[in-house]
Amino acid sequence: MTAEIIGTYAVAICLLVGAGFAMVGAIGLLKFNDSMTRLHAPTKVGTVGIGALLLASMIHSFTVGDGSLHELLIMSFLFVTAPISANFMAKVNIHRRACDTPPEPPRDDTWSTLNVPEADREMASPTVQPPKA
Amino acid sequence: MSFATQLMDIALIVTFVVIALAQAMSMIRLVMGPSTGDRILALDTMVVNAIGLIVLLGIAQGVRIYFEVSLIIAMLGFVSTVAYARFVLRGDIIE
Repeated sequence: MTAEIIGTYAVAICLLVGAGFAMVGAIGLLKFNDSMTRLHAPTKVGTVGIGALLLASMIHSFTVGDGSLHELLIMSFLFVTAPISANFMAKVNIHRRACDTPPEPPRDDTWSTLNVPEADREMASPTVQPPKA
Repeated sequence: MSFATQLMDIALIVTFVVIALAQAMSMIRLVMGPSTGDRILALDTMVVNAIGLIVLLGIAQGVRIYFEVSLIIAMLGFVSTVAYARFVLRGDIIE
């Protein structure tokens, strides 16, 4: 009997956690002002929110009758596929230029090459000549 | 036992309302989303919230059969998200 009561409380807590994360994800989806930041919020709904709801479903099936662990399939599927779909949507955002792209890197011929910069030509030993590029 | 059951009923109703509200909010983002990526993201969020609603229905009715429905919708949602994104990225889904 006490296991049933504890299970019912656990179901209620898991449901409320899932509802809270779903609400946070929806608010973030609605109120953020950049495509990439908007992408950040609803991924929490897919993992923690739905994960908590499925956990509640599992605990409920264990408290009511003989339990079932089928919901682990949905949970693992969502956990595996959420980063992939988020990566695809980020690629769409980059493709559509809907986000801030980093500035072009400065052009430099001397860093990490064998070319000696102009200012250091005198310091370089005369045996090591800079290659003629 | 009675208080715990009451608490679970209240939590169930609250969760139904909150997830339906989240579904409506992502629908707003689907309508007004400025770029294509936002619309794909809103559709993906709506699929995830639909899975949550179906799981809640299964808890509320005590029926085990909704599990298969939500599993199929999860697979379909992932494939459709990837198909949308791939169509935007490549102009073609299956090359």
